[in-house]
Amino acid sequence: MMPDLGRYATEVISAYVVSIVIILAIVALTLWQARKTKARLEEVEKRSVRRG
Amino acid sequence: MSLWEYANPRKFIATTDVVLPWFWAGTIACLVVGLIWGFFFTPDDFRQGSTVKIIYLHVPSALMAINAWLMMLVASLIWLIRRHHVSALAAKAAAPVGIAMTLIALLTGAIWGAPIWGKPWAWDPRLTSFLWLFLFYIGYIVLWQALDDMDTAADMTSILCLVGSVFALLSRYAFLFWNSGLHQEASLSLDKETNIADVFYYPLLLCIAGFVLLFITLVLVRTRMEIRARRMKALIARERMV
Repeated sequence: MMPDLGRYATEVISAYVVSIVIILAIVALTLWQARKTKARLEEVEKRSVRRG
Repeated sequence: MSLWEYANPRKFIATTDVVLPWFWAGTIACLVVGLIWGFFFTPDDFRQGSTVKIIYLHVPSALMAINAWLMMLVASLIWLIRRHHVSALAAKAAAPVGIAMTLIALLTGAIWGAPIWGKPWAWDPRLTSFLWLFLFYIGYIVLWQALDDMDTAADMTSILCLVGSVFALLSRYAFLFWNSGLHQEASLSLDKETNIADVFYYPLLLCIAGFVLLFITLVLVRTRMEIRARRMKALIARERMV
């Protein structure tokens, strides 16, 4: 299944690994920050409703 | 219905609630199919060998690194002219995604350049202006973090964005101004003679679509996050005043 990358195998594979790691990192960071912010806002909104 | 309706944070969040799952699905489909097609099912180039497969990462990421900054420029201009907070927050939201794209383009370019040019880096006009763009992204993100007042931060970063746009455009068109340097002309062209061969072109188009959708999806998610963070800040400030 793996294509024959010849003498440039290291370069090609490292380019894919580096890029996929950066893409997954920015996606994970974005989702984590978005969830954290949403949860914190809900908490602050509940608190401000209780206080009137 | 006017585009300006989306300047209302509630309307923006309600609309993106509906469209975001479609954008996620499109992003995953285009990226997975495009990258698998490019990596596994395209031939080697007669000059570059298998390093041609790096094109499916380098070209889309470089394209998005430049266009992300141009999107930030449009959003910043809307902020400066019309004072819509959502546009300033959208520009802020795009910067981390833009810097990730710039980093991918710089690293894949260096990895490709090492065997093909014989060196990973050259102070070529296009590469140098791309490095400047990367530094502008860092400066833009740091400036947002450094200023507490949102309106002041949006004003200052919008001005920085205007200045950085020179480097965003230079990194795209530098080879037209300075007919020198290692970096070749654009891989994609409307001219059939100069465009890359179809066997590389179609998977590349799919990868470009994937990167465009990834950028839009992440910017939408991050803009929603920035809107919520702004509301939270306002509620906390109100609590302190009571």
